[in-house]
Amino acid sequence: MTHRLLILATLFALACPPASAAIGSRIWATGGVSTIEGSAGGGLVPWALLGSYASDEEWGGTLALSQAETDDYSLSVTGAGVNWNNRIELTVARQTLDLDELVFSLKDGFGLEQDELNQDIIGAKVRLAGDVLYSPWGQWSAGVQYKRQRDFTVPDAIGARDDSGTDLLLSASKLIFAAVFDRNLLVNATARATKANQGGLLGFGGDRNNGYEVMAEASVGVFVNRQWLVGAEYRQKPDNLSFANEDDWWDLFVAWVPDRRLAVTAALVNLGDVATLDDQQGLYLSLQGSF
Amino acid sequence: MCHHTTPRFTGLARRVLMLLAGFALAGCQALTTAPDSETNSNTEPTLYQQLGERAGLAQIVEDLLYLIVDDERINHQFKGVNVAEFHRHLTDQLCQLSGGPCTYSGRSMRKAHADMAITETQFNALAENLILAMEQNGIGTGAQNRLLKRLIPMHPDIRNL
Ligand code: HEM
Repeated sequence: MTHRLLILATLFALACPPASAAIGSRIWATGGVSTIEGSAGGGLVPWALLGSYASDEEWGGTLALSQAETDDYSLSVTGAGVNWNNRIELTVARQTLDLDELVFSLKDGFGLEQDELNQDIIGAKVRLAGDVLYSPWGQWSAGVQYKRQRDFTVPDAIGARDDSGTDLLLSASKLIFAAVFDRNLLVNATARATKANQGGLLGFGGDRNNGYEVMAEASVGVFVNRQWLVGAEYRQKPDNLSFANEDDWWDLFVAWVPDRRLAVTAALVNLGDVATLDDQQGLYLSLQGSF
Repeated sequence: MCHHTTPRFTGLARRVLMLLAGFALAGCQALTTAPDSETNSNTEPTLYQQLGERAGLAQIVEDLLYLIVDDERINHQFKGVNVAEFHRHLTDQLCQLSGGPCTYSGRSMRKAHADMAITETQFNALAENLILAMEQNGIGTGAQNRLLKRLIPMHPDIRNL
């Protein structure tokens, strides 16, 4: 062994000057994936983690394509984000909800000819303190999501008050090492002040309630190994429109992170009743690339 | 480099002796396999055992050092370190930390890293390399996590926070 240590010593002597790594340095999967609103998190719930793998001396970025297919709707999301020094995350997302089944009730009930809803979301998240792996009290972040309808006709007709709105978020995330069967456990909690109906796709505020309300969101995941994370998410929702009840969301997910460049997330989602259509369950699939 | 010669031969001699002893024991074992494997299956391996005891840890640390050398995010920090001593100290530290019969004789983590201004990027890079070194040595996810759990509390000292 000694001669190998000598070779090592020589290599150290020849060590090159520092150069920035091609892709960020944070540990695998600690950037989460891209949520349907663009911010880093799981699928439905944002986490305190910032996207990509940028650590404190690095830039990073993400691109994501996601699709949710429930009984009567399909949602497509295209998202992108940048992360500076694992301090600030800026994200954009465009959501398109195909109304499939709802088209008929909109036509019959409201005389509206519309088959999709579109929304743009611009998000910013700041890591306030801590690190998800290294801090005993976990990582804390604050965020905003500014959301704007691209066509307000349908939300307007069903009683929404505004075509744009801003969600304010406070999140905490912590990885607990060797917590269950020696596997690492990731826990996240988010408080969101919001007026958004169905995340904003049905506008903001309504006839039943037009004020901000604070909603609780949470998720837990277990790292089976460093490439596989399985878990569940829950997202409480406001109920602002008398036109239809709005239910909380939840999902069961599995994320595969073969390396830093790629993350694939699949989930069983339950969105409850959405705009008069009952019990919307379905599949969610998301691809994320990091650079 | 002359002072390396003596431990090299002593080490080699010890290894040869251990090898011989190993062969001798293996011979006996062939006759008494059953009771031996029974004791193994009855007791949960300790973390120290899961990491391959001191020899396993020494190999992990050696592989870690190779990864560090190739890692341009951190190799400049290690320029000019006494590799043999660093190897021995880190191996002893991990051995002791995992419950093995070793005594770490190096400096405190805060003292050892005080003047390096280690960034989070560099800490992450080293953590990544340690995980890869454990993977290269076939250490299971559970044992990796248990060792990392015991290392994480050193983070503020190493980063001088
Ligand atoms: C969990 C993380 C770490 C552990 C457990 C650890 C452990 C150790 C140990 C046991 C020593 C020997 C101290 C002595 O001989 O007195 C040491 C020295 C050293 N460490 Fe770390 N270390 C860690 C992270 C880092 C990082 C992130 C860097 C830099 C990128 C680093 C750079 C060094 C250097 C250059 C030395 C040699 C110091 C000298 O000989 O003057 N270490 N470390």
